[in-house]
Amino acid sequence: MGALRIGYVAGPVIGALWTFVMAILACVVFSFASGEGLRPLMLPSLVMGAWLGFIWLPDGGRPRAQRIGWSVAVAVFPVLTFIFLGLAIEGAPETSITTQVIAWIFFAVASAWPLEVMLRPLPFGRATRHEFEDAVIRFLTSFGYVFFTAIVAIPFYVMVMTSLKNQSELLQNPLDFSIDLSKGWGLFRSYSELFLDFNFGSYLLTSFYISVITVVLTLLFSIPGAYAVALLRFKGRQAFSRSILLIYMVPMIVLALPIYIVFSMTGLRNTIFGIVLIYPVTTIPVALYMLQGYFRGLPAEVEEAGLMDGLNRLQVIWKITLPLALPALASVSLYVFMIAWNEFLLAFMLLDDPSKFTLTRGIASLDSSEIPRQHLMAGAVIATVPIMALFLGLERFMTKGLTAGSVKG
Amino acid sequence: MTDIQSSEPPKSTGPLEKREARLAWGLLFPTIAIVSMVVILPLLAIFWISFKPIGLADLRPPAPVAREALRGDGDDLRIEYRIRNSSQSEVIRNVVLSDILPAGVDVRETDERCVISQSSLECALGELEGGKRERLSIFVTIAGDRDAAEEAIENSEPRMEGSGRNILTNSEFTLANFARVFNGEEFMGVLGVTLFYTIVGTVGALVFGLFAALLLNKEFRGQGVLRGLYLFPYVAPVIAVAFAWVILFDPFSGSANALLVQMGVTENTINFFGEKPLALIMVTVFEIWRYFPLSFLFILARMQSIDTDMYEAADMDGASPFQKFWYLSVPQLLGILSVLFLLRFIWTFNKFDDIFLLTGGNAGTRTLTVNVYEQAFAVSNIGAGAAVAVVIFCCLLVFAIFFFRFMSQEEGL
Repeated sequence: MGALRIGYVAGPVIGALWTFVMAILACVVFSFASGEGLRPLMLPSLVMGAWLGFIWLPDGGRPRAQRIGWSVAVAVFPVLTFIFLGLAIEGAPETSITTQVIAWIFFAVASAWPLEVMLRPLPFGRATRHEFEDAVIRFLTSFGYVFFTAIVAIPFYVMVMTSLKNQSELLQNPLDFSIDLSKGWGLFRSYSELFLDFNFGSYLLTSFYISVITVVLTLLFSIPGAYAVALLRFKGRQAFSRSILLIYMVPMIVLALPIYIVFSMTGLRNTIFGIVLIYPVTTIPVALYMLQGYFRGLPAEVEEAGLMDGLNRLQVIWKITLPLALPALASVSLYVFMIAWNEFLLAFMLLDDPSKFTLTRGIASLDSSEIPRQHLMAGAVIATVPIMALFLGLERFMTKGLTAGSVKG
Repeated sequence: MTDIQSSEPPKSTGPLEKREARLAWGLLFPTIAIVSMVVILPLLAIFWISFKPIGLADLRPPAPVAREALRGDGDDLRIEYRIRNSSQSEVIRNVVLSDILPAGVDVRETDERCVISQSSLECALGELEGGKRERLSIFVTIAGDRDAAEEAIENSEPRMEGSGRNILTNSEFTLANFARVFNGEEFMGVLGVTLFYTIVGTVGALVFGLFAALLLNKEFRGQGVLRGLYLFPYVAPVIAVAFAWVILFDPFSGSANALLVQMGVTENTINFFGEKPLALIMVTVFEIWRYFPLSFLFILARMQSIDTDMYEAADMDGASPFQKFWYLSVPQLLGILSVLFLLRFIWTFNKFDDIFLLTGGNAGTRTLTVNVYEQAFAVSNIGAGAAVAVVIFCCLLVFAIFFFRFMSQEEGL
């Protein structure tokens, strides 16, 4: 371990790891972009990275000539691996030279430039603990950004791109996500088919108004409840507060079974009314939990002032507490909207009639071998885009609302 | 008057306090009512059902069903009722058919079991065996148009009565459901899968969440964008992302496989969601992927509320970055990390949709929650499904007790 703290050891190690990661990244990015095969070679990329890591080390007071001399001398290693083992990135036989060149340029820039920044704190010789850890953290940070962005973006990228292709293109080359822009509006064929033939317009509408009704009902029930639990004193308050949390933990599948039975027997299954009846109940505990946390944080003096001035409790709630709690109400509404919009299990179990499907139920009905995959993915995009747009537009409320007391998933 | 002198607070509840409590219960009542309707009642129902020998087909209680038609001509002209028992096995007792005969239809001859008074017909059919069909003919003459009379006859639906044994409400109980659920190796397998999924999923989501939070816990351009992006997996509908994963990792035409083959990692394509140990790992990875944003959000919120003075003091004392993380940040984050761990543990344990959509519980990914669905709907044994649900609920109670013990110290709940 001690040897790692020496600049000319740590630098090449970090360089090798980073360059290898970048080689993989370049291959993934350009394979997905062009549909042509690219392969990162482990040994050449590691050797090349080590060399980069060595030459990028700050000079540490060495004369310039010595530094350049060393770097050139050590270049023997990457050149040798290149001759015997091949390049860090290798194209498949049918891969065009342009793609390879572009991938190479990307790879070279993405390896060399961040590496220079990462290695800046390291001296050539023995590093102090600070210098060493600083370099490691810089490496981990850069790696983290690349890693998280890739794992989050790739599934969504695949989702969107698949929806724009057609079945034969997909089967021919699953890697090829490049888009043929000459098709113009033809690219959106799956979408138009979903809306025209599969009734997705009505699903969208159903999902929307079910979600809105759920939000309204949830707020209607949870505001008074949360207020009472947070600000009024009564016997059994703690027990109540705990049972909210307990109910919030009961898994939906446990409840779904008896609900299914009761709904089947009373004829509520397969009705929007049944869904609207059941959704708010799944969200009320969440909303109660989030709102009571917020109400607790409100200064008691404002309410007391209202009481002193002759308002009664209900007037205080209506005229003072609620206006103050508006931001919290907004985030709770958003969160509840998200839950209702994304809800799948109950819709799946309770709705069979295609004319009453919600969006998630509609997508589930596309999952069959007769319906091509791009339709399924187009459906997924249709369900994802509105909630994402809402979320990005109101992100501040959303993150606040999420942390305000909910850890529900 | 006397109390004013004493320095102790009053012991009994005063009128103000009573009024406040009344208001509180008034405000809580609607919530309690609706939540207990839809949560407590189903929970009781599930306990009840778990002791019942009941299948999916038993949901509709056995009932007599009748169809009527006008048949024959002249002397043979008759209204024919075809009666059958909707259940294949259950006996229905005291079956009674009643119908209204439209005007213009005169009865010539009836079945001996039937009584006719004015235009109403009532037939006592007695017992109807399971799966049995019966035919009942009433010979009539028709004054006027035959087609019109036929339509009138068929428009007046016969009413059927009869009492069958309803498995849901009678007092027959069994322990077979539990015996079936706890049946040796299968149960241990399910439990093992559940534990692996829950523990690895929870810890993984926390670790990745912590990593992501550390990345974003500094000001830089594009921080907001990245934070928004990293929340995508959590915000998107589960059905959309689950199908995206299924398609991405498809063994025949999935891009991931194509990529791996091109990169030379594997020779043959890998069936990610269809092979035994791999499928479980994949659904766990999916769980981590989907829920790391949540942990990251909470940890980030906590990090940003840590006093920066402490770090400045540590800088003055010469602490290195890792030392600062280990000796300052981690102890500060321990509270939120353990709360998150407990909550996420419970919710991962409860998770159903993700596995159901990814593998349907096949290839060794059947957790307890998926088992509920599997037993109740795939095997059509509602009682067994309910028994699994009861097992889940009991586990949950244990977790909850543990959680409250812990939380009351942590968060003052």
